[in-house]
Amino acid sequence: MTYIAKPRLLAEVQPRNAIGFTRRDYEGRVSTLCAGCGHDSISAAIVQAAWELDIEPHRLAKLSGIGCSSKTPDYFLGASHGFNSVHGRMPSVATGANLANRDLTYLGVSGDGDSASIGIGQFAHAMRRGVNLTYIVENNGVYGLTKGQFSATADKGSKSKKGVLNADSPIDLVALALQLGATYVARSFSGDKDQLVPLIKGALRHKGPAFIDVLSPCVTFNNHAGSTKSYDYVREHNEAVNRLEVILPRDPIEASYAPGSLRRVMQHDGSMLLLRKLGEDYDPTDRIGAMNHLHERAALGEIVTGLLYVDEGAEDLHRHLNTVETPLNQLGETELCPGSAALAAFNLSLR
Amino acid sequence: MTAIHTLSAITATNDFVVKFANVNGSGSASANEMFARSIIRMGVPVSPRNIFPSNIQGLPTWYEVRVSEAGWLGRRGGCDMMVAMNPQTWDRDVAEIDAGGYLFYDSTKELPRSKFRDDINVIGIPLTAICAREFSDPNQRKLFKNILYVGALAALLDIELGVIEALIAQQYRGKDKLIEGNREAARIGHRYAMEHFACPLPIRVKRADAVGERVFIDGNSAAGLGAVFGGATVCAWYPITPSTSVVEAFTSYCRKYRTDPDSGAANYAIVQAEDELASIGMVIGAGWNGCRAFTATSGPGISLMQEFLGLSYFAEIPSVVVDVQRGGPSTGMPTKTQQSDLLICAYASHGDTRHVLLFPEDPYECFTMTAQSFDLAERLQTPVFLMTDLDIGMNERLSAPFVWDDARLYDRGKVLRAEDLEAGKLFGRYEDVDGDGIPWRTLPGGHPSKGAFFTRGTSRNAKATYSEDGSDYVYNMERLRQKFETAKSLVPAPELTPAAAPTRLGVIHYGSTSPAMREALALLAQEGLQLDALRVRGFPFNAEVEAFVDAHDFVFVVEQNESAQLRTLLVNECEFDPRKLVKVLHYDGSPITARFIAGAIAEAMNTPRLRPLAPTKA
Repeated sequence: MTYIAKPRLLAEVQPRNAIGFTRRDYEGRVSTLCAGCGHDSISAAIVQAAWELDIEPHRLAKLSGIGCSSKTPDYFLGASHGFNSVHGRMPSVATGANLANRDLTYLGVSGDGDSASIGIGQFAHAMRRGVNLTYIVENNGVYGLTKGQFSATADKGSKSKKGVLNADSPIDLVALALQLGATYVARSFSGDKDQLVPLIKGALRHKGPAFIDVLSPCVTFNNHAGSTKSYDYVREHNEAVNRLEVILPRDPIEASYAPGSLRRVMQHDGSMLLLRKLGEDYDPTDRIGAMNHLHERAALGEIVTGLLYVDEGAEDLHRHLNTVETPLNQLGETELCPGSAALAAFNLSLR
Repeated sequence: MTAIHTLSAITATNDFVVKFANVNGSGSASANEMFARSIIRMGVPVSPRNIFPSNIQGLPTWYEVRVSEAGWLGRRGGCDMMVAMNPQTWDRDVAEIDAGGYLFYDSTKELPRSKFRDDINVIGIPLTAICAREFSDPNQRKLFKNILYVGALAALLDIELGVIEALIAQQYRGKDKLIEGNREAARIGHRYAMEHFACPLPIRVKRADAVGERVFIDGNSAAGLGAVFGGATVCAWYPITPSTSVVEAFTSYCRKYRTDPDSGAANYAIVQAEDELASIGMVIGAGWNGCRAFTATSGPGISLMQEFLGLSYFAEIPSVVVDVQRGGPSTGMPTKTQQSDLLICAYASHGDTRHVLLFPEDPYECFTMTAQSFDLAERLQTPVFLMTDLDIGMNERLSAPFVWDDARLYDRGKVLRAEDLEAGKLFGRYEDVDGDGIPWRTLPGGHPSKGAFFTRGTSRNAKATYSEDGSDYVYNMERLRQKFETAKSLVPAPELTPAAAPTRLGVIHYGSTSPAMREALALLAQEGLQLDALRVRGFPFNAEVEAFVDAHDFVFVVEQNESAQLRTLLVNECEFDPRKLVKVLHYDGSPITARFIAGAIAEAMNTPRLRPLAPTKA
């Protein structure tokens, strides 16, 4: 970690977004993670995405579990309320928070141990329940804070820093998210900010469970030869299916791409996902196709990245529960308490 | 054999116990409940209890009805009449009847004389044969048998047939065919009993005016209603006996009272979670974000919630847990009652924790205390446990009618709103600015530039910044201790029932023991044994509890668990001399009886240890 305080001298000349905030307004405390940690790049991407989307910092709530990745919400969006909960249980806390106030944007940050090992149950159920949440897993295949044990996403046959071979089959959270009903599913790489920032932007504007698996090498415990989560390995095996641009309703749409190479997906909030196809024809609205593609490429040792699936008709938990438009935490006695007359009538029905 | 009368028949009016032995899944439950309600409609208090297996169909189940014009609503112990409808349990059911009591049974199949007793009265009615003769539909033959015996019992016990018929009409409102069929079955049973026996029996019901305004409802429904009135908007839960009906009730009352009249949308959110960990996680997330949220569970669920409960305590987030206690440990006795979760709730989670507990005695208090628990949770920013149990939760009980003061406002606790922050109020999330140990909090989304903080389960300083500094940690722990002191004056005060004459003996009890305790005190007074009684209603114990123990030489602590858990809390928190607190423990899974309590106390009084009653202090 660095001990140098962030300089504030350049603040005035930094560009401001449409609501007058600089990027600095979306930053948090100085990171205490190892120098070169992929997670810090993801934090920077979150800052960039929130700034570009003109999100009022206080209208976003950030939640996490336990682990290196789960510490990061302290290092971005310092003007937002944050909640570092218990190991593997961020999804339930985020679900409850979301039920209480549907008007905020919710960002959950977790790790591969937090979500694929101890928290796989809560991960699965938050996806299938349709919680309107951007769920980022900072995936490095190891436990960092306890010094380098394999997590459940470590590939079979990959080697730990101490030379131990992993014999267990890996869990692919993207494949699970697709199967369990997530309506926005992406994979990216902490070392590819150009790909990652738009994917986070699209997720934050998505009304439903949006899952992003971000490969984020652990420079201390999992960046060696023999690791399948190292910077070198991920760069060499990264197969992006598309490049995303998020167009907000206020933005002019520039059709600068060659016809036929673009795919447009409208989201409920009016934002448009502009997808530039790479290589072969890939349909990001075909869930079954996405699952097939993922498995086919994984069998070839490739890591498929990009926006893998988006459901234009996504619905969220509030829709399923038919909750009122007003956030539940703003209801008072008038809406909530039936009162003495109703109670007297109730008493009569019990005799 | 249809009727044998012994010379020593029990004679009692409006004061007896009838027990129904049935097979579960046979449709007997609604008939038995109708029997209990009919006596209430006659103006005589009853207190029924289901004794049921952890099973859906085919196993033995009992329904015990205490009839008591005097108003004793606990279990008395003993059985004056057995309605023996289950061949599987015949022998034990017959054996259980008090001498001079009554055995009512289906005499369609002849039973050898050896299956009976000489010292009881036997009333046999060929229920199956009558049903086979009167009804053609096989389903009706089975179900109407239950109503048939209710009709026969009405004749035998002098319950007005019109009352039964009115209840049938009410229960099957809108289903005329069912009303007529059931009425007919009741009349047939009634007629048969009138023609074959000298009705009424020496035990009988006589119209009285002893019910008053009381309502007849189970504690779980009352708790669900209390959550509606108390302003709960988020409920996350996982099915578990015996708590499931709390959420079922909350759901149905929300549909009724919380549906927005204009949009038809829900002013509430109920989520069936994947497990109890997720349930309490959702409750904490909602509490953090400014909602009144709760879960309902039982012992095994409390075990699973431990880590999260520590977070709710240490990060200071309001949460409400309704714990409908059952027999433990492990899976224990899922359909039996106990008060055995006190310690796991009082000190839930690792590290130094202590939690607020409320002990309702009946449905009325399930309603009021559930509503109050949300005020307490938000005021104290901590978990609050409603410590009810299966006996209160799953049995209908006569209790005072529910009341609500329309002027009452929810206590939302110390929340700095945007306008407070704008007005310059300083915010330090874990600072004790008022001296009561309770800090101020802000809610997400409140103010654009002030009041944001990072909630965590790790240690931190008063400004909510991560800190491993020992002095920051100690400041925080001392403040939490102060907050617990503050809680003593906020939890419900105990209820004192002084003895008729001055005494150096006291008894402490709580929760569902209450009705049996009341009756036991009367039994003991008849024997010349006077005790002051204190019903503890909350934890931490407030000053009155300490004063009560100090004011007596010996205090019996009556509990429904094996390890004397409330007594442990008393010794641990108040540093009483353990020798002063005498255990009275009932833990076989059945609700405690008045006879058990009175017997245990009387027996203890005859042991040398408690004699003479020398004062322990000057």
